[in-house]
Amino acid sequence: MNQPELHVLAVDDSTVDRKVIQKLLQISSFKVTVVDSGSRALQYLGLDEEKNSDCRFNDLKVNMIMTDYSMPGMTGFELLKKIKNSSTLKEIPVVIMSSENSMTRIDRCLEEGAEDYLLKPVKLSDLRRLKDTILKTGPDHTDQTQTRKRKHKIDQSQEPDYHDQTLSPPSSPQHAQTKRARL
Amino acid sequence: MAAVSQLQRQFIEYATSLYNEGYLDDQFTQLQKLQDESNPDFVVEVVSLFFEDSEKLLNNLATALQQKIVDYKQVDSHVHQFKGSSSSIGAQRVTTVCVHFRNYCDEQNLDGCLRCLQQLNHEYILVRNKLEALFRLEQQILQAGGSIPMME
Repeated sequence: MNQPELHVLAVDDSTVDRKVIQKLLQISSFKVTVVDSGSRALQYLGLDEEKNSDCRFNDLKVNMIMTDYSMPGMTGFELLKKIKNSSTLKEIPVVIMSSENSMTRIDRCLEEGAEDYLLKPVKLSDLRRLKDTILKTGPDHTDQTQTRKRKHKIDQSQEPDYHDQTLSPPSSPQHAQTKRARL
Repeated sequence: MAAVSQLQRQFIEYATSLYNEGYLDDQFTQLQKLQDESNPDFVVEVVSLFFEDSEKLLNNLATALQQKIVDYKQVDSHVHQFKGSSSSIGAQRVTTVCVHFRNYCDEQNLDGCLRCLQQLNHEYILVRNKLEALFRLEQQILQAGGSIPMME
């Protein structure tokens, strides 16, 4: 099986977390580039606010971006928005990593187009799951995928009254709200 | 190889006590699982980064809390960082103090913050000493020709 390595750009302002995520990604057979801020990430992706060039070498091609949420300067959420608003970069899946298990934050990120929201500390099993998702769905995201992600996050939190609802595919593909009713 | 098995038993006992007393949690075990022959010092390297980071943060916290007008947002930001890094290496007791510390920041309770800083210093030094002792035991095992037992 000659599968080319997927290239992940990881963004985190913490030296400890950068080292750990780099190792996790390497062990999961990803090619890894790590940067310490949102602005450096944008520079790397060729979305430099100063230069307006669209020239990126093919070997810099990034298959996924994983970013910490709380960072000084540009937050992971702001980075997510910039990427999703870029015609050249919006197809790249962006995963948010955060220590906060906040439903509002998770929803905001998913609604802004995040591929997934991982609770820190990130585990190997999280990356295994991500890898499967990226390899299976590619850039063709449906809301069913989003529903599964939100469901997974609810499983991880201790919220009571969790009703398992099977949602049918929504009529509009891109921005349908799939909010779970909470009684 | 009596020396090796004795050292290994010592290591297991010591490591187990660290988990039982809450100094370390499962995240530390997860880090050990990431270590292999290609990167045999991974855990020591990550923990060293944590030590560096922590000492910087503790200094910053002391300075921030000494200001005439305390910037609680700044204090909270340092504690948040500390909470993150300690959680990433499994230093559970440090993380717990950080949680309480953040609550005091929210309340802008200077007294509570100062007490937490003291606790944080204390817990940090404890876990640092214990991790250094654990690493020393590991070195002894390796030097005696043995391998480090995996914690479950």
